[in-house]
Amino acid sequence: MNRINRAGMTRRELLARSVAAGGSLLVGASWVTERGAAWALEVTALKPETMATLVQMARDIYPHDRIPDDRYAVAVKGYDTAEKAPMVEAGIAALDAAAQGQGHPGYLGALWEAERVAVLRTIEKGEFFRTIRAGLVTDLYNQKEIWPLFGYEGESFSHGGYIDRGFNDIAWL
Amino acid sequence: MAAPFSNTDDSVVVIIGTGAGGGTLANELAQKGISVVALEAGGRYLPEDYINDEWASFAQLAWLDTRRSDGSFRLSRDFAGLPSWIVKAVGGTTTHWAGASLRFQEHEWKALTTYGRVDGASLLDWPIDAAEMDPWYTLAEAKMGVTRTNGLPGLPGNNNFLVMEKGAKDVGYREVHTGRMAINSLEYGGRQACQQTGFCFQGCKWGAKWSTAYTEIPLGEETGNLEVRERCHAARIEHDDTGKVTGVVYFDKDGVEQRQAARIVCVAGNTIESPRLLLNSASSMFPDGLANSSGQVGRNYMRHVTGSVYSIFEHPVRMWRGTTMAGIMQDEARHDPSRGFVAGYELETLSLGLPFMAAFLDPGAWGREFTSALDGYENMAGMWIVGEDMPQETNRITVDTAVLDQFGLPTPVVHYDDHPNDVAMRNHAYERGIAIHRAAGAVRSLPTPPYPSTHNIGTNRMSDNPRDGVVNRWGQSHDIPNLFVSDGSQFTTGAAENPTLTIVALAIRQADHIAREMGAGNL
Repeated sequence: MNRINRAGMTRRELLARSVAAGGSLLVGASWVTERGAAWALEVTALKPETMATLVQMARDIYPHDRIPDDRYAVAVKGYDTAEKAPMVEAGIAALDAAAQGQGHPGYLGALWEAERVAVLRTIEKGEFFRTIRAGLVTDLYNQKEIWPLFGYEGESFSHGGYIDRGFNDIAWL
Repeated sequence: MAAPFSNTDDSVVVIIGTGAGGGTLANELAQKGISVVALEAGGRYLPEDYINDEWASFAQLAWLDTRRSDGSFRLSRDFAGLPSWIVKAVGGTTTHWAGASLRFQEHEWKALTTYGRVDGASLLDWPIDAAEMDPWYTLAEAKMGVTRTNGLPGLPGNNNFLVMEKGAKDVGYREVHTGRMAINSLEYGGRQACQQTGFCFQGCKWGAKWSTAYTEIPLGEETGNLEVRERCHAARIEHDDTGKVTGVVYFDKDGVEQRQAARIVCVAGNTIESPRLLLNSASSMFPDGLANSSGQVGRNYMRHVTGSVYSIFEHPVRMWRGTTMAGIMQDEARHDPSRGFVAGYELETLSLGLPFMAAFLDPGAWGREFTSALDGYENMAGMWIVGEDMPQETNRITVDTAVLDQFGLPTPVVHYDDHPNDVAMRNHAYERGIAIHRAAGAVRSLPTPPYPSTHNIGTNRMSDNPRDGVVNRWGQSHDIPNLFVSDGSQFTTGAAENPTLTIVALAIRQADHIAREMGAGNL
């Protein structure tokens, strides 16, 4: 388990990083995971800290408290390519700098959502933010895995439509 | 089956586009024994190919060629590269349309006379009227199986409609019903009845909604008189020294340039592509483009006053279940200047799936104000505004010779500014839509800006006067007798109604005229 050793998985180190990752994400040498490791995302081109920050940024842009982190991670994992990494590393570095400008250690070091949103407001007109937001609005909401959280039922043809499945079942009017 | 016509056969009518106008015209001419070659830029997709998934369907069907938009309308900010949401496929935008099939109101044929002069607007009366169009509407309604016509019952209302109906009646509206829809309420025309599946915008997988893709086109092909050439993109129309058109140059599915000779050319590429093609066909004889001696080609682009009201209720609505456009409120469609604007608007229910709701509810928005609205998705009801927008000469399609498409052709630029009348109408409609939903129990309403335009009209407008219009009362160009416009671009004004039924009625009427003129030796 060389990877874990390199990352340092002592309790103290884990806690330190989990605080650095906004309390929800753990960062390894080449991966990002969540507490309990129900999922993990390997990164190849981006620094793990960058991916962790990007995932938090994604959640802060479109916060849905019932959507787990892995869905946000899936929505942004397309940026982990050699081609896109420089743009993302630069964008996240600027985001961290903006956070530092507001007195935080970095974006993830801003502990409260309202603080991070205030940082995002300073960059929302910029190319990096607009690119991330525009990609996210399709790559997050187009994941079928999250649709049940909104009640959305998706494809219906194979079920014969709703003619016998409640198209006019409203009872509270 | 498909009749293979030779590229040099100059006896054929060439139709560019196979949607509501071109597809209908192609079949009508074929039924009369006239040889037709239809050039269609898109591929052929049938109900078994359609996808109950918004983005996947969009990738399959949408017209995504390079376009640019500018002007003060919000779309130019939200979706500058996608000013319209139309389809590139056999059947054109009849695969995507929701099916609403309303006749123009009598006064709407005479917009200038009825509304009077409006500053900044280029209003004009149509050279035709309700009485002249009545028999053609009747034929179109029968062809399309429009509910509440020809003895066909209305569709049942879904949850989204039931919410609007209750609210509308509670605030005193009377004309509230499930619409006149070209969606089968019974088995009709060899196609089955609506199964309330939703996804009307993604192509009807039951074939219950009328689309030329699986009605007019195969019917025309069965005659042996219609050949549809798929994935063939028209580049320019050619003419001879006498000023008559002689053929169409196009790029075939392999990107190879071809030329089809023609006795008559009918342009039906929808309201952005049709003027683009005429402008891109400029020659030394017609330096401003074909049929453009009036300078009106591309001008008076209209897209209807649109916008949506989505509201969140305490309890689930599940608006996505059932037909996308499930009902209508027509009381505000009248012309009543006491409201602070001329002309009128319809309110029609609409729903979007979650992926499109996220993209279109408030484009560019983020943060909890936005996501808390989406969290209410299951409890949402929605309605769409369709109102008459003012034609303006400066709202127009031009071509950009500096930005070329995949075939090296100049690309279209769409300029649109909202007219003050449009803004006043939209604000009134927002207010009434919110009142309707509130009366039904809404706890939060979300006025939603216009989507990329599905109703694209004007740009080759009809007028008896060759100085202020491109085509005459038959859709025949004033300048070139064997060149016709057969789509919504021939609209003189937009009226408050969804345009498809009128496009189809005009195409049936135009086919009758072309056949008669050919028979008389005039064409």
